[in-house]
Amino acid sequence: MTRMPKWADVILTPLISLVLAMAISALVILAIGESPTVALTTMIDGALGSSYGWGFTLYYATNFIFTGLAVMVAYHASLFNIGGEGQAAMGGLGVALVLLSLPLPHWALALPVAMIGAALFGAAWALIPAWLQAKRGSHIVITTIMFNFIAAAALNYVLVNLMRPVGSMDPASARFPDATHLPKLSDMALALGFEWGKNTPVNISFFVAVIACVLVWLLIWRSRLGFEIRAFGKSEPAALYAGINPVRITVIAMLISGGLAGLMAINNVMGEAERLVLNAVEGAGFIGIAVALMGRNHPVGVFLAALLFGFLYQGGGELALWTSIPRELIVVIQALVILFTGALDNMVRMPLERMFLAMRKKGA
Amino acid sequence: MAAMVQNGGRLETAAPAAIELRGISKAFGSVQANRDIDLRVERGTIHGIIGENGAGKSTLMSILYGFYKPDAGQILVGGRPLTITDSQTAIRAGIGMVFQHFKLVQNFTVLENIILGAEDGRLLRPSLSKARGVLRQLAKDYELNVDPDEVVENLSVGHQQRVEILKALYRQADILILDEPTGVLTPAEADHLFRILEGLRAEGKTIILITHKLREIMEITDTVSVMRRGEMVASVRTAETSPEQLAELMVGRKVLLNVQKAPAAPGQPVLEIRNLRMVDATGVERLRGIDLDIRAGEILGIAGVSGNGQTQLLEILGGYPEKGSTVTGEVRVNGTPLPLSGSACNAAERRRQNIGHIPEDRQVEGLIMDFAAWENVAFGYHDAPEYGRGALMDRDAIRRDAEGKIQRFDVRPPSCDLAARNFSGGNQQKIVVAREIERNPDLLLIGQPTRGVDIGAIEFIHKRIVELRDAGKAILLVSVELDEIMSLSDRIAVMFDGRIMGERLPGATTTGELGLLMAGVDAASTPQTQDLSREV
Ligand SMILES: Nc1ncnc2c1ncn2[C@@H]1O[C@H](COP(=O)(O)OP(=O)(O)O)[C@@H](O)[C@H]1O
Ligand SMILES: [Mg+2]
Repeated sequence: MTRMPKWADVILTPLISLVLAMAISALVILAIGESPTVALTTMIDGALGSSYGWGFTLYYATNFIFTGLAVMVAYHASLFNIGGEGQAAMGGLGVALVLLSLPLPHWALALPVAMIGAALFGAAWALIPAWLQAKRGSHIVITTIMFNFIAAAALNYVLVNLMRPVGSMDPASARFPDATHLPKLSDMALALGFEWGKNTPVNISFFVAVIACVLVWLLIWRSRLGFEIRAFGKSEPAALYAGINPVRITVIAMLISGGLAGLMAINNVMGEAERLVLNAVEGAGFIGIAVALMGRNHPVGVFLAALLFGFLYQGGGELALWTSIPRELIVVIQALVILFTGALDNMVRMPLERMFLAMRKKGA
Repeated sequence: MAAMVQNGGRLETAAPAAIELRGISKAFGSVQANRDIDLRVERGTIHGIIGENGAGKSTLMSILYGFYKPDAGQILVGGRPLTITDSQTAIRAGIGMVFQHFKLVQNFTVLENIILGAEDGRLLRPSLSKARGVLRQLAKDYELNVDPDEVVENLSVGHQQRVEILKALYRQADILILDEPTGVLTPAEADHLFRILEGLRAEGKTIILITHKLREIMEITDTVSVMRRGEMVASVRTAETSPEQLAELMVGRKVLLNVQKAPAAPGQPVLEIRNLRMVDATGVERLRGIDLDIRAGEILGIAGVSGNGQTQLLEILGGYPEKGSTVTGEVRVNGTPLPLSGSACNAAERRRQNIGHIPEDRQVEGLIMDFAAWENVAFGYHDAPEYGRGALMDRDAIRRDAEGKIQRFDVRPPSCDLAARNFSGGNQQKIVVAREIERNPDLLLIGQPTRGVDIGAIEFIHKRIVELRDAGKAILLVSVELDEIMSLSDRIAVMFDGRIMGERLPGATTTGELGLLMAGVDAASTPQTQDLSREV
């Protein structure tokens, strides 16, 4: 018995959740004596009203696509990877090490090499929690959270003590060689003869993220490995019966997940900062959880949810710039969206299911 | 006794039926579990209610016991209309119920369980000593012996069931409803239960016995009502009907109750098990030296009450012994030793050795309930070359294959895209059976092939198993249904407490003898049974 049509499940539910989150946000804004309509138009204008706004929205979205896909892949193996933050940070270290140590003459060569570095470091950071989960049953939620802290501390040490250029006051690595700088979308637009998104950080990594969506879709729904990952995620006893090795799947799913989180570094570290700075991930690892939840663990959903959160990030920044709404409130709005689309999903879903059931009964 | 006083009080209404249901209907969402049901149960009789899984038997009884409120209809108890809003009302009206799944407090004693909710006054002690007296009397009257001071979790299933019955009788039940009471019992325990029920009938009590086993109906009931898809399709005197007629009424078409099969023509040994032992993670020895042989073209049935090592045996042969267990001994398939531990011991490797496996629990192991039927057809064989190229799966190829299997095995509805969860138990099982049998394995492991499967599908599945045997394959059949073991097996081994108690030929044994072996009583001498396996 399917409870409601698919379109209601994947589109209507998140949409209603979103509207509810916006309604409550509006109330909060009203409560502090500001105008919700002004706030909304400011956000939309700032994030989507110009190619400049879009440039930032897409830049943030690129980060969230990678971390969202990371959470999604692990989720299909019934593993809750909360370690995207640490894995993405380590991915940054991988990118920095590769770009600073290898003489790479051109970005087209530097990009794939940096991707390998980013994915390897992110995957390596997911490996130990995966192994502990598979072999010793240590819960992956706990271990990945702990590894976020370890990654932050380790990067701090590495940046301050090892990678900081002599004489620099900044806890950051040296700048990457000019030849390895990734083309920005604005540059690409110029080359095509028009101006778009001048001075925005969105770069070619956005396309890599889109390709990653397609590849993850292929992996999960078209490959034998994806079949095993999904089967294991649904039922471990059944997986054993079918000859699927739980240790192998746990480790592989987490390696892929960590690799995807690590890949985010080609966007924020290689594409934007062009050096490794402290705290480069800025919470994108955690946003990835909300993105995967809201995207119903499907790459298309992840892509759309990442766009939404990119919009919230950019629009929120604009809000702080142009209105007297305090920065903290923007975090509140983002949290409300996460709360409604993720945690309170069932609150919307259950009444909807009942409604559809009642409608069908009447129809029958 | 108070119960007698009650009986006496109702004597003036002796003519009306103990229970009468008129036009009872009940729907769960879009499922019409009961539709316009009429039922009349005469006082002092054993009345059977039979029907396939999901026919609505439990729902009907739950309505009678006040667990569900009917959407429509009327209940008369002793001729008087009664609105049963909760189980307290039912109990006051003299109705007692023994549920399919017991509702006992595991760490209470028998006595405590019996008075629970029926305490007189605030102090426990007087209730307890009064109960002790009543219990002693009941035990004497009806062969209902249980130690009143034993903690329930230490009791066997059969004894726990007696506690449930005692609970109802202590509440002065006049009408006792038993929902599938024999599902969890050994044949001996079931016989004992039936003696208890006959004793109760002799005392004038009314008994409603729900079951899907025809044999039990024929054995003990006076009248039988048949349910099919939420409707009451017939009520007949048991003496005037036959198992065949009842089966037809249950299913809605003619059913062959007995498996049609020619004598086996066993060939080369396919499976050879020598001194197989297994100690589980907690240090308990679950298999204590199993020796078995199965030849090509032969079905070896393993009888036994569940929990005597059958699951462990199937898991080891299937390539996934319980985590943390130690397995020793020797298992050969077609002469090749099977790895019993380490990384080479896995289910994928077993499938490569041409061993098929229909697992005991299709919902937990055999299927991914959220996967579509076509995905489940590939489940376990998803690495097969015909199901894809390289790392990718070929959905079209799998779906074509699945459509064929669904058609040949008459899976209903014949939909590739429906999730396994949305098929009925019998059709889920057909998907598993189709997947495993059509691979044409040299050795097929089968656990409980027809548990929770409707009669029509049972007939079909049995036929396919026999066909595989006739194609010269070896089959290991584990089942707790003695009837199934008796009718399918060419040779029967009885398992008890991790051992093979003995082997028998189905033609040369009785359910009584097997029942004794299943309870760990070895009546015949063992050397004779060992000869048997060699002769066959
Ligand atoms: N609590 C419930 N909620 C929804 N559906 C139910 C519930 N109980 C029973 N059903 C459905 O009602 C039908 C009859 O079930 P049941 O009375 O348990 O059958 P039986 O005892 O004859 O096997 C089945 O289709 C079952 O799935
Ligand atoms: Mg039932």
